[in-house]
Amino acid sequence: MYPQELLYTKEHEWIRVDEEIGTIGITDHAQKELGDVVFVELPRAGDHVAVNEPLGTVESVKAVSDVFSPVTGEIKDVNAKLQDHPELLNNDPHGEGWMVQVRLADRRETEKLMTADEYETYVREAQKH
Amino acid sequence: MRYLPNSERDRAAMLEAIGRRSAEELFAQIPETLRLQGKLNIPGPLSEQEILEFFRQASRESAREYDSFLGAGAYAHFRPAAMDALISRGEFFTAYTPYQPEIAQGTLQAMFEFQTLIAQLTGMDVSNASLYDGSSATVEAVFMALRVTKREKVLLARSLHPEYREVLATYAGQLSVERVEINYAPSGQLDIEKLESHLDNRTAAVVVQSPNFFGALERTRELAELAGRHGALLIVVVTEPLSLALVNSPREADIVAGEAQSFGVPVSFGGPYLGFLACKEKFVRQMPGRLVGATVDREGRRGFVLTLATREQHIRREKATSNICTNQSLCALAATIYLCLFGKNGLRALAEQNFAKADYAARWLTSVPGVSAPFSAPRFNEFTVKVPGDAGALLAALEGAKILGGVELARFYPELENHLLIAVTETASRATLDRMVEVYRRFAGAAAEGAMRELESQAALRNR
Amino acid sequence: MENRNHTARPHVTENEGLIFERSGPGKSGVDFASLDVPAVSARERLGAEFYREDLEGFPEVSELEVIRHFTRLSTWNYGVDTGIYPLGSCTMKYNPRINEVAARLEGLATDHPYAPEPLVQGCLRVLYETALALAEITGMDAVSLQPAAGAQGELTGILMIRAFLAERGNARRYVLIPDSAHGTNPASVTTSGYSVRNLKSNERGTVDLGDLDVGMTEEVAALMLTNPNTLGIFETQIREICDLVHARGGLVYMDGANMNALVGVAQPGTFGVDVMHLNLHKTFTTPHGGGGPGSGPVAVKDFLAPYLPSPVIERTAEGTYRIDRTRPKSIGRVRAFYGNFGMAVRALAYIMANGPEGLRQTTLDAVLNANYVVRRLADIYDLPYDQPCMHECVLSDRRQAARGVRTGDIAKRLIDYGFHPYTTSFPLIVPGAMMIEPTESASKQELDEFIEALRAVAREVEEDPDFVLNAPHTTRILRLDEATAARKPVLRWKP
Repeated sequence: MYPQELLYTKEHEWIRVDEEIGTIGITDHAQKELGDVVFVELPRAGDHVAVNEPLGTVESVKAVSDVFSPVTGEIKDVNAKLQDHPELLNNDPHGEGWMVQVRLADRRETEKLMTADEYETYVREAQKH
Repeated sequence: MRYLPNSERDRAAMLEAIGRRSAEELFAQIPETLRLQGKLNIPGPLSEQEILEFFRQASRESAREYDSFLGAGAYAHFRPAAMDALISRGEFFTAYTPYQPEIAQGTLQAMFEFQTLIAQLTGMDVSNASLYDGSSATVEAVFMALRVTKREKVLLARSLHPEYREVLATYAGQLSVERVEINYAPSGQLDIEKLESHLDNRTAAVVVQSPNFFGALERTRELAELAGRHGALLIVVVTEPLSLALVNSPREADIVAGEAQSFGVPVSFGGPYLGFLACKEKFVRQMPGRLVGATVDREGRRGFVLTLATREQHIRREKATSNICTNQSLCALAATIYLCLFGKNGLRALAEQNFAKADYAARWLTSVPGVSAPFSAPRFNEFTVKVPGDAGALLAALEGAKILGGVELARFYPELENHLLIAVTETASRATLDRMVEVYRRFAGAAAEGAMRELESQAALRNR
Repeated sequence: MENRNHTARPHVTENEGLIFERSGPGKSGVDFASLDVPAVSARERLGAEFYREDLEGFPEVSELEVIRHFTRLSTWNYGVDTGIYPLGSCTMKYNPRINEVAARLEGLATDHPYAPEPLVQGCLRVLYETALALAEITGMDAVSLQPAAGAQGELTGILMIRAFLAERGNARRYVLIPDSAHGTNPASVTTSGYSVRNLKSNERGTVDLGDLDVGMTEEVAALMLTNPNTLGIFETQIREICDLVHARGGLVYMDGANMNALVGVAQPGTFGVDVMHLNLHKTFTTPHGGGGPGSGPVAVKDFLAPYLPSPVIERTAEGTYRIDRTRPKSIGRVRAFYGNFGMAVRALAYIMANGPEGLRQTTLDAVLNANYVVRRLADIYDLPYDQPCMHECVLSDRRQAARGVRTGDIAKRLIDYGFHPYTTSFPLIVPGAMMIEPTESASKQELDEFIEALRAVAREVEEDPDFVLNAPHTTRILRLDEATAARKPVLRWKP
């Protein structure tokens, strides 16, 4: 169920790496846990983000979650559609609901991330508790 | 004890059901040494009649026999009888924050109406559902501007309520906020040249009160333009919101915050009052306090809910927009009822009466020889006069005539010696105003006589 | 489930719209005495720059329509007057009517904060006597009534700690807060310039002395503790906790929101607490009013008294009262004037009505009620921390969650049984928390009805979980779409 071409974090973000550009969003599991997303706060193009630092927040009706960047780099683009349509994060988290594109500073950072299979196992284990 | 619904038999049955011999046993978790030995040293128990007697006695030791011209952020206005009848309904006054909207639509819809009325009055897009009072609303507006602009300098009019400035100093004291106070011009309004010289790209906000502490109306349009040119927000603080029924709303401002006690909340020795905060739509997610929004239920019926709760402390905890939890719901309900009773025409008529009476008072008081109006700016129902001689002595003379004549400005502004701040609302009758003028005449006459005698004795000294 | 209640809506009170929708040109709810001074043209005097032409959109309605409108709205609310209101951590107790009569007496309701001191002795006396009674109840030495609400009291207290430590050369950087704390605690700490460090609760739901020992470093200014905590559990080692904090040069702040468990039984002053706040709208029966006004007095030990917010009300040797504004060490003002005076009147009336015995009996009843509820529900709802509770208890939806029904759903179904729900999903350390605080204002009979309702809901969860998931079924409106409300906020009426 989790797309094979993406890499995943323990904080439930995904990243698609295409040459030096990484596209980042939150996983289907994350959106389910949050419930209806009502607002997404994103950085601005040109901002710098560091690995494991917050790059934005996702709000549901009664919760706010930080979204952590899986990589270091410069924000190349943000998904402006989310301002008016935060529900895209619920409806298509791995596609239309992408959040930002980052110009990667160090591709090696992605080597520590999980594959789709590893992430699926990780989520299943976490739910047992 | 008359408030407790359980009988001794009920208590015994409950203890038995949970397998305890006495209620005291339930406190076993509190170490013996930390339990109170003996009784609290407090008054009571008293019957209703005795309680009432105590408070009646206290209420006699009051200024209730006096006609008051005290304002300065707390205004005496008439309260229609329908208000207490409605806010005393237990469904309103014994409910809590509407966390369960299905059984709190009364409070929620009333707050939605309050938000609408405040937005209409202030010319802003949105209002929150109230804050503690004008001073905390001012602080919250400033903090909001710091968040919006991500800057750290604030320019404060010195004619902003002195106690509001004190509260801001307490709140901002531990954070890296630079506060610069901008003096007033001879008109009583903000010194615009001074303001310009301090405005820069570090300025988060310009904070100005209108009508200001001296009663002078500020030129908010011009100030908004100036602030905007430097990317700073204009915060307009209002402590006499009745003025907004007659005076242009500060719609050019970014945030309008203040005190709405005037709308049917008793003066009550300074509280509880009714803070409000309204702003432009684009800042709504940076607003502090509760917000009520309209939505629909599963069957498409209109209903109201607390919304954008993620800004608040119970969710964001240390990252919240503010630590505020309670608001002033019941006071906001009172104001909503008040504004609905007066309505579009009534509120204007009331404002016109305030304006006319203040005008009458100012005209006659300044007709007394030696009494002057130091500030030339237009006003609403409050104004400043400079009196000949000791303002304290004049206030004492007025007290003798059962009049509380105003607030001595020197208490907050040492340079304004013998200046009085006078608020005239619809509660003042012409007869009382005339009586006040009469005391001024006698006082001015005595002052002139005193001055004459002083001159004579100096002359006598010289001649000796 | 077919719901016939909502197909026909005969009663006019159910269909009340917004006041703006009742407006008609020329109507008004007030008449004026004729102006006894010459009329002046505001348009002329104020000029185009200042004169307002119109109150755009303001309603125009008669007095009767206002009365009906708000009376109808009120019937859509549930209050303490309607029935028990067991909202955990909120202390929804009865609000005596005599309090309201006292607060509305002419003089008390009308005195101006800037009136000369000799003319407002009655108001000053009420403030002084209230502070005195609260000092005795808490076992502290001095009280300020200035903070407008609990959260402002918290901020006041932490600022005083900061001022005290700063004067000794080092204000320090952190405040320790257990994970069971009220949400306002971390927000207040941040506002006072400190950073929050969380302290994990142990398996008993209380502060672990070992963890505190590790956490209480030289950089920590204070421990901010709610006692009894939000699980309704008394911190049995409170004395040791305070001693440890003090030994490391820190101070202890107690969130007194849960004082309804202690009044007349124990005084936090003897625990070693240095500063605390009270919520007059919780423990001392000032009305919640749909969410305020509150009042959050701060009580301190002697050594912190110089830092109290300015001004302070004092009693002179002659027995008169004065306002002391010369407080060089004060943290300053936290609110204009002297705080929510009207709330002090009500709290004092409540204290006087009870006296020492009444207040103590009130506490005993509040704690007995909570223990009765938890013991009669623990067989069907999960009890995560099985400790004797004080004035409130925390159950969880763990068993019902297996059927897909969560605490919020059970709460909604409880509404159909005619009860206000408990607090849902708080404290955060209990997943699916059901936090019940019956207070003393519930008779055994009413508690039995409430318990029966909760037991019935548990049966429904087993038999027909969907029915519970779609509750409430009997209210004027059904579950509201909160997601749309937050995505596209509509915060005012527009013509």
